[in-house]
Amino acid sequence: MRRAGGQRQTLGPIANFPLANMRNSVTYRRISVALTCVFLATCPVMGESAGRNTITIRNFTFSPNSLTISAGAAVTWKNLDGEPHTVGSDQGLFRSEALDEGDSYTFKFDKAGAYRFICSIHPTMSGTIVVK
Amino acid sequence: MKAIEHTRRDTLKCLAAGSVGTLFAFSAGVFIPIDLARAASPDDADAGRAVFSFVQISDSHIGFKGEANPGVPATVAQSIDLVNALPIRPSLVIHTGDITHLSKPDEFDFANQLFSGLRVAELHTVPGEHDVIDGPGKEYFARFGKPSDGRGYYSFDSGGVHFVALINVMNFKASGLGALGNDQLTWLENDLQQHSSSTPIVVFAHMPLWSVYDAWGWGTGDADQAMSLLRRFGSVTVLNGHIHQIVRKVEGNVTFHTARSMAYPQPRGGDGPGPGPLKVAPELLPKLLGITSVRFVAGTGSVSLDDNSLA
Repeated sequence: MRRAGGQRQTLGPIANFPLANMRNSVTYRRISVALTCVFLATCPVMGESAGRNTITIRNFTFSPNSLTISAGAAVTWKNLDGEPHTVGSDQGLFRSEALDEGDSYTFKFDKAGAYRFICSIHPTMSGTIVVK
Repeated sequence: MKAIEHTRRDTLKCLAAGSVGTLFAFSAGVFIPIDLARAASPDDADAGRAVFSFVQISDSHIGFKGEANPGVPATVAQSIDLVNALPIRPSLVIHTGDITHLSKPDEFDFANQLFSGLRVAELHTVPGEHDVIDGPGKEYFARFGKPSDGRGYYSFDSGGVHFVALINVMNFKASGLGALGNDQLTWLENDLQQHSSSTPIVVFAHMPLWSVYDAWGWGTGDADQAMSLLRRFGSVTVLNGHIHQIVRKVEGNVTFHTARSMAYPQPRGGDGPGPGPLKVAPELLPKLLGITSVRFVAGTGSVSLDDNSLA
C-alpha cells in the first residue's frame, strides 16, 4: 500500500486547499486511488462473501447455513461477531477452537454425506454441509 | 459508593434511575427499597444484630479486546477496588462465571493475578460458557475445580448461610438454554435435605436459573426442578451473571438477581439481532459495569442487594 503512505504525507497540506482547485490535480487523483485501495482492503466482508466455500458468522447466524461442495473440498468459517463462537460437527467429526472476532476455521471434507454443524455454546446456531 | 450519603428521597431517585448504589431489600418476599444511609451504618440500623455480607462479581471476560471495552483489565481492577472500598468488609466473594473470554491459560492466569488484589479471604467461582469453551473445561477445572472435585457444583456454609454453587454451562441443549442435568439435581436434593427450612440459602450459577429471555438462551431448561427443591426454604437468593445487566424478580421467598459485568454491557433481551457485546458512549460504560454486594441481618430473615457501578 505505497499509495496509502503517499496519501498520509500529502493530505495535511492539501487539506487546506479549496476542493475546486484540486479536482484536476495529480495529487487529488492519487488520493482518490489511495482511498479506494484503503476501502477495499478494510472491507473483508465483501471479499469473504465472494470467497469459495466460506461461511460467515454474524449476528449469531451462519451464512449461508447450507452449502453443497464436492468431496475433497474445504469449507472455511469466519466469525465476524464480537461474541466468540465455535464450529463443531454434531457427530463429533470436527470441532474448532473458540473463534474470536475475525478468526477463521477450515475443515476439509473427504467423504460424501450431510454434515450438520452447530456452535457448541450457542446451539441454536446450526447449518449443514452437503458433500457430493 | 457516593450514594451512601444520600437522603431517602435521593435514594428513591437513585432507584428510579437505576444508577450508582441501587439498593433493594427483600424480607419475606416483599420488595422494599431501603434507605442507603441507614444501610451504610448497620450498627445503628440493626441495633447490635450480626451482619453478614458478601460480594458477587461476574463476567470479567479477561481476554476480550473488542470495541465495547478495549480496556477490560482496567475495569476489572476498578471493580476490585470497589469491593475493597466497601464500608462493610465482605466475608467472601463469589464470581458467577465468564472469568475469561476464550478459556485460554494466559487469560486465566491474568484473571487470577487481578483477583489476588481482592482484600477478601475467600473467592468462590462457577464457570461461564466462555470458561469451558473447549468443551471439557480443562483450564478452568485445573485452576478452580478443587472445591467441586472437578464436577463444577458444590456447597459451603458461611455466616449462617448455606451457599450452593451450580454449573449450567455444559452440554447445552438445542434450545440454547443452560442445563443442570440429572446428576447435579440429585446431588442438590441430597445437599438441601441436610438443612432446615429456616437456613438462608444462596444459590449461584452463571446462566439465569429463571427465564429471562429464552430466545437468546437466557434461562436454564431444567431450573424448575431445582427451584422445586428450594421452595420450602424461608429465604432463597438466586444469583447469576451471563446477561451483563441487572434484572431481578421476587417470587415468594425466592429472590432472583442478575449482576452487571465487569467487562462490557449487553443489550436488553430481544433488543437487536443478538446478545453480543454492546458498544456504548465511553462516558456511559462505567455506569453499566460493577459489582453486587449482598447483606444478611441475622435473625431478621432479610437480605439486601446493593448494585454498585464503577461510576
